Amino acid sequence: MAVTEIRITGFGGQGVILSGYIIGKAASIFNEQHATLTQSFGPEARGSACSAQVIVSDDRVLYPYVTKADILVAMSKDGYMTHKNNLAKDGIVVYEKDLVPVEEHGAGVKNYGIPATRFAEELGRKIVLNIVMVGFLGAVSGLLPEKALRKAVETSVPSGTEELNLQAFDKGYQYGKQLVETAEVTA
Amino acid sequence: MKADPQNVLVGAHYLDGNHACGEGGIAAGCKFFAGYPITPSTEIAERVSRRFPLIGGVFVQMEDELASMNAILGASWGGKKSMTCTSGPGFSLMMENFGLGLMLETPCVLVNVQRGGPSTGLPTLPGQADMMQARWGSHGDYEVIALAPDSPQESFELTIHAFNLSEKYRMPVLIMTDECVGHMTEKVVIPPPEEIELVERKYSDVPPGEAWPYMEFDGEVSPMLPVGEGHKFHITGLTHDIRGYPVINSEAQHLNTRHLIDKVKKHADDIIWLEEKDIDGADVVVMAYGISSRVMQPAIAKAKKEGIKVGQIKMVTVWPFPEKRVKELAEKVKAMIMVEMNWGQVYLEMERCIAGKCEAHLIGHGGGTVHNPEDIYNTIKEAVK
Repeated sequence: MAVTEIRITGFGGQGVILSGYIIGKAASIFNEQHATLTQSFGPEARGSACSAQVIVSDDRVLYPYVTKADILVAMSKDGYMTHKNNLAKDGIVVYEKDLVPVEEHGAGVKNYGIPATRFAEELGRKIVLNIVMVGFLGAVSGLLPEKALRKAVETSVPSGTEELNLQAFDKGYQYGKQLVETAEVTA
Repeated sequence: MKADPQNVLVGAHYLDGNHACGEGGIAAGCKFFAGYPITPSTEIAERVSRRFPLIGGVFVQMEDELASMNAILGASWGGKKSMTCTSGPGFSLMMENFGLGLMLETPCVLVNVQRGGPSTGLPTLPGQADMMQARWGSHGDYEVIALAPDSPQESFELTIHAFNLSEKYRMPVLIMTDECVGHMTEKVVIPPPEEIELVERKYSDVPPGEAWPYMEFDGEVSPMLPVGEGHKFHITGLTHDIRGYPVINSEAQHLNTRHLIDKVKKHADDIIWLEEKDIDGADVVVMAYGISSRVMQPAIAKAKKEGIKVGQIKMVTVWPFPEKRVKELAEKVKAMIMVEMNWGQVYLEMERCIAGKCEAHLIGHGGGTVHNPEDIYNTIKEAVK
């Protein structure tokens, strides 16, 4: 039984919950797996700490929260600092390169950074940084097929913004793919 | 009767428990929703308010929870299936008119997405500490029906079931979900309308002028009188006779309250819904409802792996309490364990029914998060020692 625990963290307004929603939807609706998304938020919304948890599993998810994150997606420094010590031994950290200063986590843990906000700005809308992150995560983790993730992006974003969001996804995915390939060559 | 195709959003969706609950109500034919927003239940109202304009439903954001509960009672008497949702403090405010609904024998559905309490408590975090309030929160003597979903899929299905029970037994029915399930997003499969069985309201066929709003106070369900079809009738929250007129004496009180109690007690076997597993030969039986019945699974699996004979009961209905079943099992097992996100509420009923025949254990905490499966496992181990 394969179970992957994912924690996505950032501040309210960055699209933390939507990125969790897309990953969960990709797994459970478009990849015949089970995926449970939970979210924690304070009474505040925009600007405060925000975190989403997704458990992706081949069987029904019984315990809905992350115990040790296999994947930590960090879009803010605060979020990273709060959750960095709760990683699985062979976990991966997927982070916003310009916003989050990551540390070395010991032998098993891999760090993958992307300037997602900058890429999103280049595409014309900073708001799609979360979708850049989803694409990036898809490529570096191999958690879900690209097709399932793309379909989940397409069916989850506001209508009229599909094209922009898919561009954002592709940007993140391509960057991730190259990063992994380069790492494999140098290794 | 089958669900109306225009109300059913057929297909596989990725929904949270609250949205799924709203869809369940809509699929059940609910056409009137009155509510007042409160975390963590608001998404139910949001869902319904967006969907109702497309299917001819009426959504009213009321001035408060007292009015919300009253509005759904009025709408139900007006001929519509109706529902409301709330949490914590709002549930307290709905209690008086929930009692009115029981007294008038009014079908409707009240969803409580439980958070931590008392008072304002933990608005954004889960609890299961309103279970005794659900049972006894309104004044007077009565029985209630309460269901507890453990997932978005069940939130959808049990909301339909709640509407069916409310029509069948002509009373308000409670869905006691919680913040974890309400804000948990998972795949929800909504079946085609022909696979959704609905209980339709029974109306009296006695002609106007000869009919009363109740038939007998014998614990059986009377058909309702339709409005707008010539019947002139009276209903009241005062103790009443079958004509619906106040009768203020102890004989009438006896008949009226016995009827409300017997309506549920006489049909308890039909209402109670338990999902049991591995009970035969079990040394210890773990009981739970809602999200706790889900979180207990890894603990039970671990205990079984170690050879412990552990059975489980998931209470889909919490009220009426499965007295008969617990009494039977208490004679056979070494211990029974209740897992709930409070400091011991439904546990008290389990302990009462066990009556010293086996050990009774509570795995409770104050809420704010679900149980750690390890705590459940440790108690199971302790119980079989």
